[in-house]
Amino acid sequence: MTAALRFDPIRLPPVCEELRKEVRAFLADEIAAGTFDPHKPQREDSDAPEFSRRVGARGWLGMTWPKQYGGHERSFLERYVVTEEMRVANAPTRRFFVADRQSGPVLLKYAPEHIKMDILPRICRGELCFAIGMSEPNSGSDLFAAKTKATKTDGGYLINGAKIWTTSAHIADYMIAIFRTSPPTKENRRHGLTQFLVNMKTPGIKVNPIAQITGQHEFNEVVFTDAFVPDDHLLGEIDGAWKQATSELAYERSGPERFLETYYVLTELVRALGPEPDTRGAEGIGRLVAQLHTMRRMSVSVAGMLQAGKEPVVEASIVKDIGTLWEQQLPHRVRELSAFVDAENSNHATLGELTAFATKLAPKLTIQGGTTEVLRGIIARGLGLR
Amino acid sequence: MTDTTDTIVVETAEKIFADLADPQTINADKTGQWIAPLWRALSESGLPLSWVPEDCDGSGASLAEGFAVLNAAGRAGLAAPLAETMLAGWLLAQAKIASPEGAMTIAPSHPKDRVTLAADGTLIGRARGVPFAQGADHIAVLAHSKDVVVIALVEAAACRIEHGLGLGGDPSDAVTFDGATPLTFAVAPQGFDQTTLLLMGSVARSLQIAGALETLLDISVAYANQRVAFEKQISKFQAVQHNLARLAGETSAALAAATSAADAISNAAAFDDAVFLEAAAAKIRCAEAAEKGAAIAHQVHGAIGFTSEHILHRYSLRALAWRDDFGNESHWAVELGRMVAKRGADDLWPLVASR
Repeated sequence: MTAALRFDPIRLPPVCEELRKEVRAFLADEIAAGTFDPHKPQREDSDAPEFSRRVGARGWLGMTWPKQYGGHERSFLERYVVTEEMRVANAPTRRFFVADRQSGPVLLKYAPEHIKMDILPRICRGELCFAIGMSEPNSGSDLFAAKTKATKTDGGYLINGAKIWTTSAHIADYMIAIFRTSPPTKENRRHGLTQFLVNMKTPGIKVNPIAQITGQHEFNEVVFTDAFVPDDHLLGEIDGAWKQATSELAYERSGPERFLETYYVLTELVRALGPEPDTRGAEGIGRLVAQLHTMRRMSVSVAGMLQAGKEPVVEASIVKDIGTLWEQQLPHRVRELSAFVDAENSNHATLGELTAFATKLAPKLTIQGGTTEVLRGIIARGLGLR
Repeated sequence: MTDTTDTIVVETAEKIFADLADPQTINADKTGQWIAPLWRALSESGLPLSWVPEDCDGSGASLAEGFAVLNAAGRAGLAAPLAETMLAGWLLAQAKIASPEGAMTIAPSHPKDRVTLAADGTLIGRARGVPFAQGADHIAVLAHSKDVVVIALVEAAACRIEHGLGLGGDPSDAVTFDGATPLTFAVAPQGFDQTTLLLMGSVARSLQIAGALETLLDISVAYANQRVAFEKQISKFQAVQHNLARLAGETSAALAAATSAADAISNAAAFDDAVFLEAAAAKIRCAEAAEKGAAIAHQVHGAIGFTSEHILHRYSLRALAWRDDFGNESHWAVELGRMVAKRGADDLWPLVASR
């Protein structure tokens, strides 16, 4: 075959099901204690520092990392279960999610030992929030057009420029960002960018909020004016960030957060249609559940590949392409089917409210973390077309 | 489905398909001379009775091995009653009925059809769209008799068979049983009913559809790399690349859904809600993938793919035709939706997460 794609039917081992029970019990306690309302994904107060620490205390952050850095040396499949249960419960994961999924693994791979010893255990304890500094006002998907400069100075670098659409920058303790250390070369336009760890409390960093169409505030513009970053905060190879970006994509793009972002509208639709839906309602639910099940099986399969030490970049891109389109279309499908719901139904108002919120949220799902177009380019390369 | 015995059985099947079911040869052969040697080789290999235990005169392969063979048959766009004979043998074995030699098919193969076994021991009813009935020696039948479900073996010659041609170019016939006396019949195991048979058939078809999509992807990628238009290979156009990326996605989804359902049935003690979800979801998702995938494969090929001379239709039309056997996606979506609704909103996630 020219294009071998495999999604082996990986099953979660029994240890995962035990863990799932623990996570559900923990979340039920948090809900009972009033930490968050699982039926209000649209809430404003999604930064929950105490919740973050309690998740860390349960050992559910840095689950796959080495124990010497505060990790728990558990499997990707176990981490998968924690992630999906938190997501379905609409738990307030914002403070720790990026650090746990993405920033920690980057530091593990590229940071000097003393930085790892300092920062990773604090991520595992749920004490740190990370942001990712990639996009700039004139470079989004075209990552390697970034212009924000890191200029060599005594003992470190001075950063000048701006990052934009930076999620959680306003609450983040650190940012992992790419800055320009050299101009691109004729042979390689991706050359010249370097990855850095930035302490957000550094003088010269200003965070400006950006309001979103959902009414929430996640995005920010981050402006750097002679912000100093010490030499030991450089991650990996100078001018070689492009080599470091690709393998992380499989972690970033295949998880349950890539199709469960609007899941709550499906639950409410099933509730609203009741135990005996008409034929159209039943068919609508059936199709959506079949699609959901299939994506989850694909996503679990990729987690299995990661656990086996593979780098399933193409498979992960496929999961994100199909998954984000599905979660984006879900509120529209639910809207159609809710035409047949009895308006006197007890959750009718909730369904309407959540569907409206998910509809407003939907456009960003196929943009963040790699657009549909970027993903299809990666898949096409995997097929040998480019 | 990666252990070594699977691989050996699948390799056997793939070798026969490569030697005796070459798509170009079959497509050019208007006389059907390829059928007899292919079926002979398949029979000698024991593949058609893969799912029949050795004590019922079969070759006693595992369910997983058989499903992997059907995936390979889909990749080959196989136009022979391999899946049908395997399913018939499996159905008969549920009632400990030994399988005869030769090609078989199963009835009913659609949810709306119903066959009954009358008090005088004759079969009554009609089954439409039965795949490959016209070439079969025997038909394995699931029939209702008062309060029990029975499984019967009947000679095809004892039934009235109206020949039909399915969308994929394979026989799809109406079988009328009135007055036919089965060679033998036995009561089905507790809990085994028409839905069980349709779910099993649906998973078989899902694997075939996924296989056909794998080949559609392969030949579409190869064609795009070879075909030159506007002075470059069409694979260099972003619009074409993105279409093929979508085809790869649909193929992946179909494969994932089908192999997951096959794995679920292979390791299940019973056809419970979880197996129902897996099997129904596989058929729904594979059917959706067939529609989207076949359209893209044809779009990439342009006019040449629309000719009977080109082999593309051997895979595209079969993938589309296989959607309709054993309950199409609308049927299973309604059934799955009803099950989910009955279990209730808060039980949906636990069901999905249990897989």
